[in-house]
Amino acid sequence: MDYKTIAQLKNDLHTKKISSVELTQSFLKRIKQYDKELNSFITVTEEVALKNAAEADVRIAKGTAVALTGIPMAQKDIFCTTGIKTSCGSKILDNFISPYDATSYKQFKDAGTVLLGKTNMDEFAMGSSNETSYYGPVKNPWDLERVPGGSSGGSAAAVAAYLTPAATGTDTGGSIRQPAALSGITGIKPTYGRVSRYGMIAFASSLDQGGVFARSAEDTALLLNVMAGFDEKDSTSINKPVPDYTKTLNDSLEGLRIGLPKEYFDAGLDPEIEKAIQAAIKEYEKMGAKIINIDLPNTGLSIPAYYVIAPAECSSNLARFDGVRYGYRCKDPVDLEDLYKRSRTEGFGSEVKRRIMIGTYALSAGYYDAYYLKAQKARCLIRDDFVEAFKKVDVIMGPTAPSPAFKIGEKSNDPISMYLSDIYTIAVNLAGLPGMSIPAGFVNNLPVGLQLIGNYFEEAKLLTIAHQYQKNTNWHTMMPKGF
Amino acid sequence: MSLTTDAVKKIAHLARLNLNEKELVTFTSQLSNILDFVEQMNKTDTKNVAPLAHPLDINQRLRDDVVTEPDQRAAFQAIAPQVEAGLYLVPKVIETDEVEA
Repeated sequence: MDYKTIAQLKNDLHTKKISSVELTQSFLKRIKQYDKELNSFITVTEEVALKNAAEADVRIAKGTAVALTGIPMAQKDIFCTTGIKTSCGSKILDNFISPYDATSYKQFKDAGTVLLGKTNMDEFAMGSSNETSYYGPVKNPWDLERVPGGSSGGSAAAVAAYLTPAATGTDTGGSIRQPAALSGITGIKPTYGRVSRYGMIAFASSLDQGGVFARSAEDTALLLNVMAGFDEKDSTSINKPVPDYTKTLNDSLEGLRIGLPKEYFDAGLDPEIEKAIQAAIKEYEKMGAKIINIDLPNTGLSIPAYYVIAPAECSSNLARFDGVRYGYRCKDPVDLEDLYKRSRTEGFGSEVKRRIMIGTYALSAGYYDAYYLKAQKARCLIRDDFVEAFKKVDVIMGPTAPSPAFKIGEKSNDPISMYLSDIYTIAVNLAGLPGMSIPAGFVNNLPVGLQLIGNYFEEAKLLTIAHQYQKNTNWHTMMPKGF
Repeated sequence: MSLTTDAVKKIAHLARLNLNEKELVTFTSQLSNILDFVEQMNKTDTKNVAPLAHPLDINQRLRDDVVTEPDQRAAFQAIAPQVEAGLYLVPKVIETDEVEA
């Protein structure tokens, strides 16, 4: 099937070529047809969707439509949605009906979008393959034996198969960019603090950032226009004006300085992916960009530092799941400790337990300096590498992931090999920078993602760089066969 | 750093998790491997480096100490496992025998 961009769908709605109810029904039908196989949704909100769509049609008829009135989209099941299950991919929240809205979801509601459903994800966003979900793995639409990436794997697969034109995601160590790469779509992780984290279930608070998936940079810009901005309710939200991200999409790239870090083209990189990335860089040179070789010498510290900091913060954040106020409670607890222990033991999956235990250990008496403090110092060196690099270049480019989508089950018994699939994305979270992944070719019929890393708050520049590439190439227009 | 099964038992208790014998063995080996892996950090000298708390070096924003949230107790308790008279119920924590004595 041919897909349409959000801009095209907006046009169809406003010229009355189609109503929002009809459009919504067509996506609900696609979800019914394909999602048994893909498993990209945890909850399909058909009733809410049709109600949202009917309201959108009234607004369009009255001429009171706003930015995205009538456009269907999906929310990662980490964003709280009033009256709708928000599971975070975990058994411990399988019965959790959120009593309030995440700011991001509220923004998309206020912008007129229609909620198709809540997408599958790695449990508590801990994973790079979407295999740790309580609701089962998500399949990659390009090859059903392979993973779509993670943790926002459901959102990525749903957009790639065009079961929704767009979806939200969250990115703590690559969870938007890596699945965007493995699923062949466009994804953006904004600067830390650019998008509200209120009502977005916390994994590692100093790293988590919400963002979006879509089929093009232009659509991504339309979505980020809705999502970016200051929120009183998030103490880490940064109060800085938000540009109109669609305004600068056609700016010229003449003289753009692209930094290529040698550490991102190391021995761990699949040579076929490297070829695709080099071809993309050539394309940018044709558009007038200059290539500058740079060093990010502390790149090797990223994964070790991340696997101290993220588990430490997760062990603290996930302490709230105790079976007392909401979520899963074990049967017939004999005392309070039994209630805590069995509710958590029965409610969490093994990857979550692993990370909680690593974090508990790293923060425990006598080990704090050796692990957490050391990791925070390493984090400083990683950030400073980027600060130095951005004195010389406007954007950093490289592969998003070291290999294309791997097979379901291939890495699930080896945590460290799974962790290494985020080798090129994790440093960006540690430094708090914005990053994108855009489709840049195929290796054995599997999509390759080009990563763009920008300086703080330069999402507009990243989107321009991505859009200009998409004007000159058609990788982002490819649809997986059978969908 | 190789963890002992006793150390992992203690960590699990601190994290309020139970591990069966099989899990204890698997987690002991996996957690030891992960710690070995993260200890690569020790090769880098960080003596004169300040720990980074926020990538943009900004402080947590504070707000005025005023009430901003409405009372939503009923909504929050509607999704609780067990409540009574506006209170969250948990198994008995105080040994009543001792109190009575």
